Amino acid sequence: MSVTPQSSPAALAALPRNLLERLYRTMVRIRLFEQKALELFLAGELPGFLHSCLGQEAVAAGVCAALREDDYITSTHRGHGHVLAKGLAMDRMMAELYGKTTGYCKGKGGSMHIADFSCGVLGANGIVAAGLPIATGAALSAQMRRSGQVVAAFFGDGATSQGAFHEAVNLAAVWKLPVVYVCENNHYAVSTPLERQMRIASVSERAAAYGIPGITVDGNDVVAVYQAAGDLIERARRGEGPALLECRTYRWLGHYVGDPATYRPPEELAWWKSRDPLLIFERRLLQEADFSEQELALVRREASDELEAAVDFARRSPAPRPEDALEDVWP
Amino acid sequence: MSQIFYRQAVRDALREEMRRDERVFLLGLDIGRFGGTYKATQGLWEEFGDERVRDTPLSEAAIAGAAVGAALTGMRPVAEIMYMDFITIALDQIANQAAKLRYMSGGQARIPVVFRTQEGAGRSSAAQHAQSLEAWVAHIPGLKVALPATPYDVKGLLKTAIRDDAPVVFIEHKLLYGVKGEVPDEEYLIPFGHARVCRQGTDLTIVALSRMVWKALEAAEVLAAEGIQVEVIDPRTVVPLDLATILASVRKTGRLLITHEAYTGFGVGAEIASQVVEQAWQTLRKPPRRVCGRNVPIPFAPVMENYVIPQVSDLVEAAKELMR
Ligand SMILES: Cc1ncc(C[n+]2csc(CCOP(=O)(O)OP(=O)(O)O)c2C)c(N)n1
Ligand SMILES: [Mg+2]
Repeated sequence: MSVTPQSSPAALAALPRNLLERLYRTMVRIRLFEQKALELFLAGELPGFLHSCLGQEAVAAGVCAALREDDYITSTHRGHGHVLAKGLAMDRMMAELYGKTTGYCKGKGGSMHIADFSCGVLGANGIVAAGLPIATGAALSAQMRRSGQVVAAFFGDGATSQGAFHEAVNLAAVWKLPVVYVCENNHYAVSTPLERQMRIASVSERAAAYGIPGITVDGNDVVAVYQAAGDLIERARRGEGPALLECRTYRWLGHYVGDPATYRPPEELAWWKSRDPLLIFERRLLQEADFSEQELALVRREASDELEAAVDFARRSPAPRPEDALEDVWP
Repeated sequence: MSQIFYRQAVRDALREEMRRDERVFLLGLDIGRFGGTYKATQGLWEEFGDERVRDTPLSEAAIAGAAVGAALTGMRPVAEIMYMDFITIALDQIANQAAKLRYMSGGQARIPVVFRTQEGAGRSSAAQHAQSLEAWVAHIPGLKVALPATPYDVKGLLKTAIRDDAPVVFIEHKLLYGVKGEVPDEEYLIPFGHARVCRQGTDLTIVALSRMVWKALEAAEVLAAEGIQVEVIDPRTVVPLDLATILASVRKTGRLLITHEAYTGFGVGAEIASQVVEQAWQTLRKPPRRVCGRNVPIPFAPVMENYVIPQVSDLVEAAKELMR
């Protein structure tokens, strides 16, 4: 993987301006949300544990920008970016992290289970790879209802060693389902590096076993992610079946907040930080498109205002009553 | 009224619901052209075709998970797990996903999925094809669990299961597929959580699950000849459990015997006994008694298999002890 992004300046310049702005806005929202969540968690304001996606923003932003509003996603334990990119609001997300009644899941799910079915977010998931069979079923439903919807299933490199991954991808291949499997390859599953998880050089090679396309892209290049995802999503929408998209990226923090990540060489982190997906994109918007610093600053300010209001909303929201725990088991 | 086999009652319920609601579809191993291992889906592929009677690769996790995903997004799938023993491979999707997605999402999700499967010993199928594992799923909040014992019940309960917006684990018994019984020609549904009093009696209550209902009725005949009047109750669904009907019977008889093929230890029988003791211990004249599967894997050789699964004679003997 090289230091320069994969997509060419011409490719970036060819994208509509409002799309570029949307990609930027999404990445900024994720970055700021994750920085704030980290700060609040360290301050002891948030219960539970937190899996940060800092450094991986381009994958969520690029893929979700290529989806329709009524398309579906399934997400993971490291899912804040995915659901923000799919269109969830910061305030109800933050309220969920605080365990408040105004959260997306009324405080019953927390960070690892954020879901909003009205936005096509079929749920983050605490079980590694469990989202893949569910995404496959949503794609089956879309196919049977002839709705034209596509599903994007997010998961990590570690998930590709699960039986559920293989069962789900194979089933979708056999039935030509409209689903794109998006592997966020951040090179580690907790402490275990890629080379101790698999004998192949890239996750996308696994696609060959199911007779579907497998593509690897620079996951820190939002333009490359958007284009590859867009091609595969439209292909799926045309009825040509599923695909596996591997986005190479890196998580800046440990597996969870508090993990010192001593299993990673410091140079490795430094190298990936030098390829900050947000900074790279910002620079390119200024150089390869005609964005001004003021415009980008405005986007950042709007995101930061949304965030500030979100924290305020979450803090002021009512806590659930203990006995609320007894509701929502049965329909 | 018609006399039909249990397996036909399964198929009739599926067919009626598939005709009634186009969102209902089936997926599982060899359920299409082949008609299912126990022929419970025979004829459905001919009527509904590949799209709604879907043969899958050998992938229980994907079968269950795809059913969950389809249920979340507007369909009403019926997923078949060929043998309940294989539910291990699908259990994450059933117990961690289907059972919890509604709760974890703060009540947003509706998951109208049915996991159809069959359990039970008696065919020398040995330890991995004969277990009765209802306790595993009944333990998980968010799953409903049905165990029909008759053609009438299987049809009425399966139709209810398909129309329910909660996930249902629907457990048939492999030795009941060939049992015949009366089923009305007109449509009917059986609500969950309503036990059936299969035989009335005043001396002793037997609560029996699945195929044990038939053995309990046989035992009741034997005991009647000796002057012991047994009341036999089939809960039909263990989640929700119709405790009221069981309590009413126990208040009358003062004696409770519970029987299922599933392992005795930590089984549904323990739960029923415990609930009865908690609510009606004063009316019990004897401690509740379980006559359930022995706590060993199911063996192959028929003599051993018959020994570990409760038989009519075991029930008769235990009933007589309770009467002493
Ligand atoms: C089935 C299962 N096994 C183990 C875990 C514990 N666990 C949580 S995240 C994780 C690593 C996942 O790695 P990867 O899929 O690469 O995602 P990443 O954390 O890198 O985003 C593990 C082992 C789990 N949640 N679920
Ligand atoms: Mg990883």
